[in-house]
This record gives sequence, structure tokens and C-alpha cells, in this order.
Amino acid sequence: MTGRADIPEAPPVLHGERVYRIHWVLGTDQLRAVCHCGAERIFDDPVELWEWLLGHPEGHLTGAAGPPSPPRALAHAHT
Amino acid sequence: MSAIPRNQWYVAAYSAEIEHALFSRTICDEPILFWRTESGDVVANSDRCVHRRFPLSQAPSRLVDDTVVCGYHGFTYGSDGKCVAVPGQTRVPRSARLTSYPVEELDSLVWVWIGDPALADRSRIPRATYLDTEGYTTVRGMEPLAARFSLLVDNLLDLSHETYLHGGYIGTPEVASTPITTEVDDDAGIVYVSRHMDDAECPPFYATSTGLEGRIARWQDIEYTPPCLYKLHSRIAPVGSVPNADGTDPDAFHVEVVYAITPETEHSTHDFWMVARDFALDDEEVSAFFADNNRTVVLQDVVALDVLEQVIQHEPPGYQELSINIDTGGLAARRMLARMVGETPRNAPAGHTR
Repeated sequence: MTGRADIPEAPPVLHGERVYRIHWVLGTDQLRAVCHCGAERIFDDPVELWEWLLGHPEGHLTGAAGPPSPPRALAHAHT
Repeated sequence: MSAIPRNQWYVAAYSAEIEHALFSRTICDEPILFWRTESGDVVANSDRCVHRRFPLSQAPSRLVDDTVVCGYHGFTYGSDGKCVAVPGQTRVPRSARLTSYPVEELDSLVWVWIGDPALADRSRIPRATYLDTEGYTTVRGMEPLAARFSLLVDNLLDLSHETYLHGGYIGTPEVASTPITTEVDDDAGIVYVSRHMDDAECPPFYATSTGLEGRIARWQDIEYTPPCLYKLHSRIAPVGSVPNADGTDPDAFHVEVVYAITPETEHSTHDFWMVARDFALDDEEVSAFFADNNRTVVLQDVVALDVLEQVIQHEPPGYQELSINIDTGGLAARRMLARMVGETPRNAPAGHTR
């Protein structure tokens, strides 16, 4: 991994009402899943990640599910 | 059960391939006959005479004006597939009609609808306007792949394989080691995978074509609209350069790499590839370089995927693959494809049916 904590995450590209986002957390081997409902959770395994995302709304209480997310770097807006 | 989604649009050919002549290609296990009518429209019908199934693309079958005459017994069909003449009798059976396929020609591509014609919605065809517009130059080709189309989807959704399979062409160490962001819009049917390398080695593929030397900013943004069209928006720029707020990006070179992933059969695929660029538009050396090098890269994939197809065909059922972070986008694509054929994929749950 060459990811650095000061590199911003790529800004959102898709803007539909039901978009799932998965960020590879910079500097780690972890994935941060973000549901369209706003719930977030950290995963080590993309298969488990998809099971959780697609299980919406089960366990998707925003801010109440799973380990806390690391602080998010500010994203630059670009087009 | 078929793994090929039906009721979908697929790229059947490049526009330039279809002239006023018989042209046959198997799409999703269906042999289809194409020709361009005298008025310039592309038409598509079954490539089998309804009488004794003789291929209408096979000599001595021939095109006469805008009708095709079967080379076996002379059944004659119009461009809409309707039989207009049969040998030795004046009555043409009402059921004498070729299966006709909805066709749309867009962005230098010929799209065909595989499935129920009543469901063909032309507005659902994904676009790649730069393939046929001023300001871009495109090189292209098509390679036969003796592997199921889903293997090419897996391959293209995870570009970290460039580092290993395509080292010396498009692969550099950073591709496999830079984190990615994956976005999935189920309603729009899009998988989007971003890998932005802001300080990366410039691979020969881009060093030669752009003239940039040393380190570069290299952005790869994949936009896949299952099942057929895959677009890789590739941005190559000096380190530190970012697009302007108004969207202009004068310091960067833009290369749009497009694949149309069209199943021929359950176990073979038409691998259409295109490379469009917004620089050196009239430079034939750059065109030749992109064409030669991209074809080389595609053939490296073809060799690997042909082997993989044989491995899969000969392994016992139930093999459990391992997926890691780099597979996040590929898993999303698999899930969408599985849902299109009404299945739950082995390594990713299907989404809720809508």
C-alpha cells in the first residue's frame, strides 16, 4: 500500500438516490461501506461488505452499526 | 441455465463492418444476419432460412437489392424478415418470416436487442459519443475470446491485474497498490470504480504516446453499464495538475478506452476494443502505436482468459473463490449480472428485485 492519510478520497461521481459507496480506507487494508441511507461500516472482506450493504435496512441504523469509521479526509470537488 | 442476460442491448458490430452485403455474427447464441439497406439503415434478422435452416449468409445465398435469397431453395426475404417469395408456388405461407431484431446505430456501434422486441427501449443504450465526434481520434479492433463473457468483466473491473499481466505496457507498481473507490447505482445500472494515482510511474503505453516523462498523475475511472459497455476514462497529466473548476483540463491527456463485451455463446465472447484520444489527432504514428499496443494488451488478456475458461470448465462444481479489496467493483458487477439472469452469485449476494 502506498496510500497516505493526507490524500483525499475521490469525490462522489454517481448521484442517484440509491448509490452504494465503498472506499478503500487510505493507508489501511480496510473497506468503508456507505449505504444510500447514510449508514457506514468498516469491513475487511468485500463479500461480507456486500451482504451488509444489500441487507439494508437491517442493521443500518446510522451511527449505530459496526465499528466506528475513521475520520474522513475532506474531499476536493472536481469535475 | 444460461448465464447470458436477455432483454438487453449488445454491440453486434462496428458501423463500418456493415455494408450493403450479407454479414453474419452469432450474438448470445443467436446467429444473426445483418446488412445495410440501400437507404442506409442496418437491419438484423435470423441467419437461418425458415424452410430448411440453411444459413442465409452462406453462398450461394445472396443479397438482391434489399432482399436476401436463400442459396438452397430460393426462399426470398425482405429487410423486415418477411418472406416475399417461395419456389414453385404463388402462396407464401404466413408463418414464413425470419425472426427480426431491433437494431440501433449509435456512436459508430451497431447495437442489437436480444430478447422480447416489445421491451426494446432505445433510450437505455449506454453512450460513448467520443467514438464518433470531432475532437477525438479512435483506433479499434475485435478479438475472439474463447471464454465466457463474465471472465472479461472480472478482468476489466479490476485493473490491478495490469501490474502483473501487462507489465511493460500499461502496468506499473502503483496500479496494484493504490486504493480504489467503488460506487454502485442500482437504479441506473452503473458500476463506477475510481483509482486516482497522483504521483505514479508513467507506463510505456502513455510515455510514448503523450511525450510525458518521469512521474505523472494517472487517473483511471471505470464506468461499466452491465452487461455490455465498459468505459475506462483515463487521464494522464503532469504531477500536481488537476482539472479546472469549470471542467476544462488543458494540461491533461485524455484517453477513453472502451470495451464492448458481447457474448457469442455461453463459452465465447466478442471482445470489441476501442481507444479514443483527444490529442495528436492527426498523428498516424500515435494511432498506430495505440492500435498495436492495445491489441497486444488485449491479446495478453485473451491468452489468460482462454486458459481460465478451460480451468473452470474442467473443475468440479462448487469451487469457492477468494475475494479481496481489489474485487469490490467486480463483485458489484457480478451481482448485477446475476440479477439480470435471475440468479444469486456464489460470491456476492443478489440485490433486492425491483
